[in-house]
Amino acid sequence: MYPELGQLALIIALLLAVLLSTVPLAGALTGRDSLQAFARPLSAGMFVFTGVSFAVLTHAFMVDDFSVAYVANNSNSMLPWYYKFSAVWGGHEGSLLLWILMLAGWTLAVAMFSRKLPSVMVSQVLSVMGMICVGFFLFIVITSNPFERILPNIPADGSDLNPLLQDIGLILHPPMLYMGYVGFSVAFAFAIAALINGKLDAAWARWSRPWTTVAWSFLTLGIALGSWWAYYELGWGGWWFWDPVENASLLPWLSGTALMHSLAVTEKRGVFKSWTVLLAIVTFSLSLLGAFLVRSGVLTSVHSFAADPERGSFLLALLGITVVSSLVLYAFRAPVVHVRSRYDSLSREIFLLLNNVLLVAATLLVAIGTLYPLVLDYLNMGKLSIGEPFFNATFSPMAVAAGLLLGAGIFSRWKKTDGGWLARKLLWPLAVSVVATTGVMLIYGGFAPWAFAGVFASVWVTVATAWDLWDKSSSRQGRWHGLKRQSRSYYGMVFGHLGLAMVMAGATVVSNYGIERDVRMVPGDSAMVGDYQVVFTGIGDRRGANFTAEYGSFDVFLDGKQVAELHPEKRHYPVDMSVMTEADIDGGLFRDVFIAIGERITDEAWAIRLQYKPLVRWLWLGSLVMAIGGFLAISDKRYRIRVRSEAKVDTGNEAGAAPAEARA
Amino acid sequence: MHPIRKKRLTIVLFLVAGLAIAVGLTTYALRQNINLFYDPSQIAAGEVPVDVRIRAGGMVEEGSVVRDPDSLKVEFRVTDFSASVPMEYVGILPDLFAEGQGVVAMGRMDANGRFIADQVLAKHDEQYMPPEVAEALERASKGQHKAADAEKAAESAAY
Repeated sequence: MYPELGQLALIIALLLAVLLSTVPLAGALTGRDSLQAFARPLSAGMFVFTGVSFAVLTHAFMVDDFSVAYVANNSNSMLPWYYKFSAVWGGHEGSLLLWILMLAGWTLAVAMFSRKLPSVMVSQVLSVMGMICVGFFLFIVITSNPFERILPNIPADGSDLNPLLQDIGLILHPPMLYMGYVGFSVAFAFAIAALINGKLDAAWARWSRPWTTVAWSFLTLGIALGSWWAYYELGWGGWWFWDPVENASLLPWLSGTALMHSLAVTEKRGVFKSWTVLLAIVTFSLSLLGAFLVRSGVLTSVHSFAADPERGSFLLALLGITVVSSLVLYAFRAPVVHVRSRYDSLSREIFLLLNNVLLVAATLLVAIGTLYPLVLDYLNMGKLSIGEPFFNATFSPMAVAAGLLLGAGIFSRWKKTDGGWLARKLLWPLAVSVVATTGVMLIYGGFAPWAFAGVFASVWVTVATAWDLWDKSSSRQGRWHGLKRQSRSYYGMVFGHLGLAMVMAGATVVSNYGIERDVRMVPGDSAMVGDYQVVFTGIGDRRGANFTAEYGSFDVFLDGKQVAELHPEKRHYPVDMSVMTEADIDGGLFRDVFIAIGERITDEAWAIRLQYKPLVRWLWLGSLVMAIGGFLAISDKRYRIRVRSEAKVDTGNEAGAAPAEARA
Repeated sequence: MHPIRKKRLTIVLFLVAGLAIAVGLTTYALRQNINLFYDPSQIAAGEVPVDVRIRAGGMVEEGSVVRDPDSLKVEFRVTDFSASVPMEYVGILPDLFAEGQGVVAMGRMDANGRFIADQVLAKHDEQYMPPEVAEALERASKGQHKAADAEKAAESAAY
């Protein structure tokens, strides 16, 4: 009974989405306020019904309703409740429902936090959101109904959630990632609305900016969680594989980063408008491309869901319609925009332009590396793959260049920066960075050109950011007062850049100085990994909730002192007869010691993977710092105060309007 | 020159330079890092150059896996049911590597017709089959040897 209600709720939400995509837009185009007024209630209704549908599916998981095919395929009565909950988005249909729930959520958020936007703009933005919703509702209703039943032969038990996905990382990773992907639809909707209006002004940029920043922060968290999960759960200690699906999430991140920066220029200086609009369109299209790559089955990856050509073509059509229609609109409307502001060829504008060039080039590069094999395969021109070396060789120089540019750009001024002044300004940070980088090289014992470049870029960004903060915070009333005086959006930028520096440092150091050893060990053996001595003391058995495991016991020593005892496991899941490697990690701020057991070679001997991973946690901590930066930036005073003052104006208006009506 | 034109020119030059660098790096890196996929029939027919990094895949032949008890060396044969290739790998195999399952390996052919793998990828879950392998099996089964075995494997491989 319930599952049918869930499906019904979905269909109602679809109908509301259809109304949302047409009625307010018609109101905006014809200037009828009565039609525009439908935008907010329709958004709310759509969210409520999607929420009901999601709740129904969650309920089906919680009560083990295996008559629902999706539940039967992705859950099992032995699964602990929290994995039953996360299993809701463990497969294609459910994760799509989560995606749509978030899309409806973002729509509702726009409806709620846009009280002081002109009503025409709100109607248009919400209508565009509605159109996107219609696309995805149709997709789920037509091709991927999560409530489909298996009747009359209801299976006695479910075929279990893929053991790889039974993990805290999976509970969190998809929601964060989807918040990011879907969040870019808001920036897109604002861009399209602005194009329809022909009003690409500073107000438009100011309004899209916080939404873009939030979406970007969530995407950052989502990607970082995925990387962290891959690191400890896939079992082999890698943190980024340049897997096409990872790339699919990196693409909107890169162009979203470019978008954030160019929005800043558009808001502050009123330039780069057409470019910013184009970036907003591209970023959301790349999110859709990601959805297509993951859900169409064209890729082989841990993320790809079971293939269904119908789904692939539907998403491709959705992507095509979005890209073509928005670019056509862009082609007709964008040239309307005129720019009058001036800026010099050495100015903050130019630095941010270069940042955009680099980020877009990096986006292109990753896109080529990801799509080239797919296109060739589609054209029947042979099967090939483009591996990590390609991305490492091309992406790293871009990242370093972006870092170097960032450090210099922090000191630059809007409109015009004096070259000599900037050069003198950079001299000390440069000296400090060279010394610090050399120090890092000495600590890790070994000079490598790329390691030097990466660490230098990271230190350079850190020093420049700190230097700028020091300059800005000088105050007659003392340093503390000066620090407090800085705006939250400034601190957002500081955090964002420091986070990036941490990620670059982590990536560089762990790739260049990490140690990985596969060894054959029998209990009693010991092996060295870096400065750490690992002693294999024995193998034992244990039972988990829905698996049995063999676990190894390892003592880890540094300079003769024991620092950790690790128990990596080999788990057997009887329901789907699969085996999982569960690594054990002694984590630390400056290094991880990572042990995983491979297969049994003889009765006694095991294949063991030992790894020493310096600074690996900085990758994820840095991403967290970046995301915190994003959230700081949107909590800035100027967004809050405006809301408050606007609220006052609103009530004033109403108070003024009421007597007028009474008089009439 | 007019300052606005000069500025535009600068911007365009920057854009072109950025694109040129990106394209240059890309083509250079692409040329070095493209790994073509070959199936066992192609390898057995000698289509693969020696000592070039390629991807190869198929089903792990039943009863072919031999482990060296004193090291991490593993030898096995990979087949598409019309030809099979000996492979050698030193290291830890993925959890789902097993006889009768699909694998894709990265590595090079040596002079003796053995494939020396430096990376072995197996499927991620029970239902999954690398599409390259599925296709290779299908292609082989369409050839002259229409063994019932291969047919079945190809069918199950096609999801």
